[in-house]
Amino acid sequence: MSLLSALAKQKIDRELTKYPADQKQSACMSALAIAQDEHGWLSNELMDEVAQYLGMAPVAVYEVATFYNMYNLKPTGKHKVTVCTNLPCALSGGVDAAEYLKHKLGIDFRETTADGQFTLMEGECMGACGDAPVLLVNNKRMCSFMSKEKLDQLVEELKK
Amino acid sequence: MIKLEIDGKAVEVENGSTVMEAANKVGSFIPHFCYHKKLSIAANCRMCLVQVEKAPKPLPACATPATEGMKVQTASQYAKTAQQGVMEFLLINHPLDCPICDQGGECQLQDLAVGYGGSASRYQEEKRVVVNKNLGPLISTDMTRCIHCTRCVRFGQEIAGVMELGMAGRGEHSEILSFVGRTVDSELSGNVIDLCPVGALTSKPFRYSARTWELSRRKSVSPHDGLGSNLVVQVKVDKVMRVLPRENEAINECWLSDKDRFAYEGLNSAERLTKPMLKQDGKWTEVEWNVALDYVAHALANIRNEHGADAIGALASPHQTLEELHLLNKLVRGMGSNNIDTRLRQLDTRADGQVKGVRWLGMKVADLAALQSVLVVGSTLRKDHPLLANRFRQAAKRGQQVNVLHVADDDLLMNVANRLIVKPSQMADALAQVAKALAALKSQPLSKSVADATANIRVSDAAQAIAKSLADKEKVGIFVGNFAEHHPEFSTLYALAQEVARLAGGTLGFLGEAANSVGAAAVGAVPGSKGLCAQGMKSQPRKAYIVFGAEPDLDAADGEATLAALYTAETVIAFSAFKHAASRYADVLLPIAPFTETAGTFVNTEGTVQSFNGVVKPLGDARPGWKVLRVLGNLMKLDGFEFNSIEDVRADIAADLQGFVAGKLNNAIGEVTMNLAPATAGVERIAEVPLYAADPLVRRAPSLQKTADAKRAATAGLAPDVYDNLKLVDGQSVRIKAGAAEVNLPARRDPTLPAGTARVALALPETLALGAATTLTLEMLPVAVTIGHAAE
Ligand code: SF4
Ligand code: FES
Ligand code: FES
Repeated sequence: MSLLSALAKQKIDRELTKYPADQKQSACMSALAIAQDEHGWLSNELMDEVAQYLGMAPVAVYEVATFYNMYNLKPTGKHKVTVCTNLPCALSGGVDAAEYLKHKLGIDFRETTADGQFTLMEGECMGACGDAPVLLVNNKRMCSFMSKEKLDQLVEELKK
Repeated sequence: MIKLEIDGKAVEVENGSTVMEAANKVGSFIPHFCYHKKLSIAANCRMCLVQVEKAPKPLPACATPATEGMKVQTASQYAKTAQQGVMEFLLINHPLDCPICDQGGECQLQDLAVGYGGSASRYQEEKRVVVNKNLGPLISTDMTRCIHCTRCVRFGQEIAGVMELGMAGRGEHSEILSFVGRTVDSELSGNVIDLCPVGALTSKPFRYSARTWELSRRKSVSPHDGLGSNLVVQVKVDKVMRVLPRENEAINECWLSDKDRFAYEGLNSAERLTKPMLKQDGKWTEVEWNVALDYVAHALANIRNEHGADAIGALASPHQTLEELHLLNKLVRGMGSNNIDTRLRQLDTRADGQVKGVRWLGMKVADLAALQSVLVVGSTLRKDHPLLANRFRQAAKRGQQVNVLHVADDDLLMNVANRLIVKPSQMADALAQVAKALAALKSQPLSKSVADATANIRVSDAAQAIAKSLADKEKVGIFVGNFAEHHPEFSTLYALAQEVARLAGGTLGFLGEAANSVGAAAVGAVPGSKGLCAQGMKSQPRKAYIVFGAEPDLDAADGEATLAALYTAETVIAFSAFKHAASRYADVLLPIAPFTETAGTFVNTEGTVQSFNGVVKPLGDARPGWKVLRVLGNLMKLDGFEFNSIEDVRADIAADLQGFVAGKLNNAIGEVTMNLAPATAGVERIAEVPLYAADPLVRRAPSLQKTADAKRAATAGLAPDVYDNLKLVDGQSVRIKAGAAEVNLPARRDPTLPAGTARVALALPETLALGAATTLTLEMLPVAVTIGHAAE
């Protein structure tokens, strides 16, 4: 029984072409991202399957998946909002933005709203310190200069 | 070569050496945790920081290449400050509770903290706590103590060949774990206990049973596989508490297999025999040694007088010492019998007359690495020879082509160049294919008998590929494993392996079954031309048997039939360290000392003679086997049993033991009739000896018996076609029949097996009834259905 769809495998195969044939583990990060895009999060079974697909030890895949914040090891809400709270952001309102969201959504970091819409996460530097406060929606969409108004707008938009 | 200066001392090192290696050379100690000479460089603990002239900051000695003219200070104030700083960081999260830690007293962190740590901690905040993991029956964890050196992880990746432990998380959240609660099942896993510099990974069987300073360390040699790993046996008040490796680069390097490391538990088994016992009127009574030995001397004399000496046979374990086997051999031959054998699992001895000497590895273990292409024939390599497998694994990384001819496609955790996996009955055929292909590639004629036998066989692609690998390379080795030695057509396989080695211009070797297989053959504890082999003594039952160290029901190829022969004998004298099935068929049980309680010698598979002393006093009234045999020889008035010491016995074998053994080693074999059998109908049995069932000691080691390997041994692995035909579900039992015998075992689908085969192990009580059967009939067991009370 395969958890990865044929399409996902196709995408992983494409990633694999970027590396030498005996270095399949180089595609581990992209394979995990592809798997996560398909399933929303990385279950143990899914990681096991990625390991098998790439000929890696399962624990080596687990090492990668636990190292990076953007891999979800638990199911998340429909929208995962990750706010940067590292020092440069914190000095420019990052923490405040996070606090505002916590209050607005009624959840703490690493929690999901009761309606399953939002999960709030604390993120590490996103390389956009000058745009603080910054946040990421579902790992893919970067939002900069997140004032309270813009946060309200974002939440409204995502709710729809 | 590079010239540099360490602590003012000039030193020259090879190109590519590190500062750490250079410092070791001049004897400057640099504190370290993650550095280990057998593992790759991780440079993650930073404990080895040193001062290097002109470098703007302290550099890690383990990862800094030595360069020409470098000037290094390992203990300057500058270096020390750096080292002390690192130590302070390491201790931030490490518990400071050495008195309750099992590693206390043998902990590198504790030792180095004495030299580099502060007297009090400046850290006031909360420490981090990491939950413990269950890694199986051998390794105990205290993960809060981990300092993330990743030695255990690198060991799995680089030495054991399988990454079972990893470091998950990042930064402060890093922790060592196995993938979602899996256990660590490698047959080399125990080495991570030695590697872990702190008390994070410790020995589960030894846990909290003694402190290192209470233990005396005594040298010994492992009595299990043919490698003869060197041991340090740790002893507290005449009890063996633990076994550790003794470094010997030529043999076991710094490693031990789990069998070598944990089998000591069997020494303290409740089944130990501690008093001589006599069966009188069907009841066992404990007696004094003189009574027991008088009885034995009379019983043997009676049999000899009534039935002739040939009515006496001896079955001895190849795990017994050289001295014991020499005296046993002398005793048996002195009485006039030639029936003595130590190759209890060898079914096929028809080529004995053609054998030119004692079979052995054919080279030194350390020289395996230099081979460019090898063919391993019939070996459950990883399980039977964990550390030889590691030699091949390391060599394979450096380009050695490892070719495999076997009955199961076991994952050897190394790069295997070519594999030829066939049913057991087809092994000879497969090897003949390799010979035929090789002859063609080398344009050399096959020897007459091989040419005749192979005239009609077709060379498969895999055989062709193996032949090519052997033909292309200069330094070639052909190694015959235990499975091939136990094969019903061993003689054919032997002769074919010799032919392949000849054609390839390579060396023929035997991986070696037991600790003293080579020694046993060297002192003549094999029947020779006039006596009966173990199989002969089974099929032509003797009136009297001497069973020495072996448990024939489990140690002989056909345990069931051997038992039957023992039951019909008038007298059976069992020398054993343990109470075992002999209490049913023997009339005397003589407690002899296991390897830790007697001086002795093992000759390993490379022909190295390794003598050792007893490390503890014999338990109860047990006595060293050589002393018992000496007294028995005297009682029976046989010549040449006047010895005062073990040295006398050794001198009786030869003045120069090593030279004596070396003179006997020879793998050549003469003409043998080739039997290339057609495949048999029905399911063929793959009858292996499970690694933790191979000798009486390991069978009684409880922790090893809880391992995944031991559990798997007691199941039937079925080839996918066999499994699917029976429509089984995993874990369901099958009934396995061979002739009138039948046993039930849980079934398991085993995709590594060739079609039409089933892995049903030898040497287990569960499969005893099947004897040495080679073909099996399998039936699904009716599934038990429970009706009613479903709601409860
Ligand atoms: S468990 Fe031991 S060997 Fe493994 S990383 Fe931690 S300290 Fe090192
Ligand atoms: S610190 Fe937030 S983006 Fe760099
Ligand atoms: S020993 Fe050099 S960094 Fe660990």
